[in-house]
Amino acid sequence: MKDTVEIRWHGRGGQGAKTAALLLADVCFKHGKNVQGFPEYGPERMGAPITAYNRISDNELRVHSNIYDPDYVVVVDETLLETIDVTAGLSESGAIIINTPRPKEEIIPHLKGYKGAVYTIDARRISEETLGKYFPNSPMLAATVAVSNVMEKEEFLKQMEDSYRHKFSKKPEVIEGNMQALRMTFEEVQ
Amino acid sequence: MAATDISKITEKSPWQDITEGNQIYGSGTSKAFITGEWRTNTPVFHPDKCTQCLLCTPVCPDSSIPVKDCKRQDFDYDHCKGCGICAKVCPFGAITMKEGQ
Amino acid sequence: MGIRERLSGNEAVAYAIKQVNPDVMPAFPITPSTEIPQIVASYIANGEMDTEFIPVESEHSAMSATIGASAAGARALTATSSCGMALMWELLYVAASNRLPLALTLVNRALSGPININCDHSDSMGARDSGWIQVYAENNQEVYDNFIQAYRISEHKDVHLPIMICQDGFITSHALANIELLEDDKVKQFVGEYTPENFLLNSKEPMSLGPYAVSNYYMETKKAQTEAMKNAKKVILDVGKEFGEMSGRTYGFFEEYRLEDADYAVVIIGSAAGTTKDAIDQLRSQGKKVGLLKLRVFRPFPDKEIADALRNCKAIGIMDRSESFSGQAGPLTAEVTAALYRYKVDSNIVSYIYGLGGRDYRAEDALEVFSELEDVTVNGKEIEQFRYIGLRSR
Repeated sequence: MKDTVEIRWHGRGGQGAKTAALLLADVCFKHGKNVQGFPEYGPERMGAPITAYNRISDNELRVHSNIYDPDYVVVVDETLLETIDVTAGLSESGAIIINTPRPKEEIIPHLKGYKGAVYTIDARRISEETLGKYFPNSPMLAATVAVSNVMEKEEFLKQMEDSYRHKFSKKPEVIEGNMQALRMTFEEVQ
Repeated sequence: MAATDISKITEKSPWQDITEGNQIYGSGTSKAFITGEWRTNTPVFHPDKCTQCLLCTPVCPDSSIPVKDCKRQDFDYDHCKGCGICAKVCPFGAITMKEGQ
Repeated sequence: MGIRERLSGNEAVAYAIKQVNPDVMPAFPITPSTEIPQIVASYIANGEMDTEFIPVESEHSAMSATIGASAAGARALTATSSCGMALMWELLYVAASNRLPLALTLVNRALSGPININCDHSDSMGARDSGWIQVYAENNQEVYDNFIQAYRISEHKDVHLPIMICQDGFITSHALANIELLEDDKVKQFVGEYTPENFLLNSKEPMSLGPYAVSNYYMETKKAQTEAMKNAKKVILDVGKEFGEMSGRTYGFFEEYRLEDADYAVVIIGSAAGTTKDAIDQLRSQGKKVGLLKLRVFRPFPDKEIADALRNCKAIGIMDRSESFSGQAGPLTAEVTAALYRYKVDSNIVSYIYGLGGRDYRAEDALEVFSELEDVTVNGKEIEQFRYIGLRSR
């Protein structure tokens, strides 16, 4: 792992890309890392394309600019592939992770010749099967951890379970669904 | 903080002697400020014509018509600025204005 | 050893407010500072602090109520950004001239227009002549630490001035990052109880506040304010040192980063300093003697100290995150240049405007500035003495 891992998230307002970036920062913080999690703010509303960022490092993080040459890009909404240059600056030794039910082969032609690794995950199906609703956050977070190796999967699952127990202390029934979503993602991301 | 002695703060005072933020400590300090010096016309009280209706007292902007035992007294010339409102409001001619102090 | 946490800048300052637990907080929401009163209101609702929160109808009222509370004898504060502070304008001067030690946590945002919600320093720089102490932060840690020091500075008997604790809108206010918090009891002990000598609700010793000052008094009053601001310099250093003894993080007027032997220096305020440090490390590894002066305290202005720190630099890039439309420099450049002239520091000075309205400032921008400073000095390259970076241009 490099000194600092940089991740850029693309999503649409309301889908939780910002929340996912903050959750990733949170879980990496608990893992003992120095973290940054921040969205790029504007007057966006529901549905508008939004960007969020993570830096994760063993060293102190001082830089406060956006991320232009990320190691990983996460696309929470595949319709963005048509309008946003999601692979801009993306390291070819890194990877892009896309939420889609489609096979990789159908996605690659939309990536403007990006030669690095491409991963897909059907976050909608996983979320609907495990939670009964479409919350892409948990699957996308798990996929990002699996691909980027910012922390061990087992450690990640343990930290997330702690977080869910805290967050959903009044709704314990959703904890298992979320945990199952994470585990399914680990098996299915490819 | 001891009450501010405003007689010691004058237009000649150095900046070090002005209170912080021009704050004034203590109450009733305006008594020490003799605004009566500003007067160019002076009200004169004629007790023989006065019915003690007390219409004059509340209209005085400078609280310069003292009242004792429900009866108005002579003017507080230390603070009366000679505006003449009291003379205007008196229905009985018990207050007249004269020129000068 | 403090408590390892992760908080955004707004969360960090709200947490500091909770620990200080002031008496009164009137506030009106405005992006990007809204979270501060929102989080404080939650702490109050949850019984974690007992500050009196006043939801007011405008920022003019927010500052008025803060002044009223402070005059009454309470430890008071408010929070705002950008146009919110613009609406407080006349009251900023009133708070300072009445010598009220209240606090404002400002989340810097560009002033309209064009309307924009992102970071620059036009709001606080516009208020630089209002008589407030101004302290800026690079990151969430510094804004937390600065707020804990705020009342110790403003309430000091030699100072009695309002204090503005500034951080960069969104860049630090909304970015989650690591932070080291102090234990509650340490903060309480450091900040101490507020025991004003004079206050309006003291029935035993009545007082008048905010009287009219005719020409014969106005100028003497302003001189007293400027002396109090000068006194704040020593207090800021003393408090910064004492804070360091408690926390391990000592603060002064500015931070010098690899400046001691630097030929080329950048002077900058706020979050962009961190980005500049990364650029400096990169250049130092190539043998370039470059450094940074990150200004923390803009009011009072540490003129001599800055001049002394920059005395041996061959060229200095001074970076402003706000315009002042003089056509020659932004406000930071104007003041630093005046200090260098007064204390006879002869150096090439280039004034840069960057980051207006949230324009991203990258390590590449800092590299460009250093490269230009070297080019000016070594090759005698003629460049514009006042220019924008990160600007699209034909």
